[in-house]
Amino acid sequence: MTYTKRFDGRKFDQLRPIEAKVGVVKRANGSAMFKIGDTIAIAAVYGPRKLYPSFLQEQQQAKLRCLYDMVSFSVTDRKRPGPSRRSTEISMVTEQALLPILDLSKYPGSVVDVFIYILQADAGTRCAGICAASMALADAGIPMKDLVVAISAGKIGGKICLDLNKEEEDHPEGATDIPIAILPREGKISLLQLDGNIKREELIEAINLVKKGSQEVYDIQKQALKQKYGGKK
Amino acid sequence: MSRVLIKDREIVVPGEELIVGMDYLPAGAAFREKDKIIANSIGLANVGNRLIRVIPLSGKYVPKAGDTIIGQIADIGLSGWRVDIGWSFEANISMKDGSTDFIERGSDLTQYYNYGDYVVAKILKVVGPKIIDLTMKGPGLRKLNDGKIIKVNSSKVPRIIGKAGSMIHLIKEKTGCNIMVGQNGKVWISGKEPGNVILTIKAIRKIEELSHIQGLTDKIKEFLEGEKK
Repeated sequence: MTYTKRFDGRKFDQLRPIEAKVGVVKRANGSAMFKIGDTIAIAAVYGPRKLYPSFLQEQQQAKLRCLYDMVSFSVTDRKRPGPSRRSTEISMVTEQALLPILDLSKYPGSVVDVFIYILQADAGTRCAGICAASMALADAGIPMKDLVVAISAGKIGGKICLDLNKEEEDHPEGATDIPIAILPREGKISLLQLDGNIKREELIEAINLVKKGSQEVYDIQKQALKQKYGGKK
Repeated sequence: MSRVLIKDREIVVPGEELIVGMDYLPAGAAFREKDKIIANSIGLANVGNRLIRVIPLSGKYVPKAGDTIIGQIADIGLSGWRVDIGWSFEANISMKDGSTDFIERGSDLTQYYNYGDYVVAKILKVVGPKIIDLTMKGPGLRKLNDGKIIKVNSSKVPRIIGKAGSMIHLIKEKTGCNIMVGQNGKVWISGKEPGNVILTIKAIRKIEELSHIQGLTDKIKEFLEGEKK
């Protein structure tokens, strides 16, 4: 049996409904909320500020420090609070997905802290986290060359789909999840992870699908940023 | 011939393409990449004759020589004061630049500026991110004894001051308060009547909120006159 119709009735290249808001954490230097389907991520940026201990300071540019975590009520089983193997890994890949766009040379010796929390998890949390973080960094006024758009693609029962939800990820025939982060202006990829089995052609198809879907997310991100600063569009 | 992709005074976001072609030069928070000019920060785009400038609407204060700032004394050493100016690192006032008086070596520096005091100072030079020298010698540079300090985003400071000080003059005139705006986003307000100080703070918060719109001075004038009644 192949996967012919999606559980929630979407087309195979259709994203879940997206909502984005900038400036949700008032005391932070920059913040954003990104909601895709039932996944909600919130990101807050603090800094650039002084980095302690001082031996970690970099003389040429500021350091970027990301922290990704899920709140304990975000999933059906209670998530044990605190860092885990999974959240440490996602913090690291988020950092590496964001670094290529940032220009931190204006603030040597400082640190930019990005905190990402998942309030509600329904698959694609790291992608939602990266989208929120890139908007929060722009809100904080840190020089950056572009925004980052992250969407997941996947293979369910031999069919390539865009933006899986939790139900699809747990498909009985097995699902392959591929989170991809894209720099929309240049079309470059800054994050690509893969969990499962996939053929070379299928992976290329998945990347192309994400590239196509990224424009929609990018427009929503831009609009949310402009809205906060009083732009009309 | 260059193609201008945005309108004048439009809000732009990082990564947004502003111009295609080589006829324009980027300024402010914009940069050139091959034949395109791209914004690198959220801001207002100003399209000039041959220049496109993006004025950032958010971001941290970066110290620049010649700026007048309001800082707080964070530490006192043997030969000077360390001042928190809202930058990642503290700035320094040396004994020589601390006062127009002659300060004898080994004297008690707290007599001049004590811990937690606010001072209006001028940035003398910025050698590196960690070496910033301030001076207290100059007109209007002094310790602030009374009044209230509020913090605004440093990128909104030009709007609070207004063209040739028009906005700040308006608020001073309408409320009768003394106001001093530091380039680092700290604003000192002092007035005899507490009601007027609160009104001034309200007006400044309003400017901060509406900093992107045109004809703001008239709006604030209306607001102040409405509140006064």
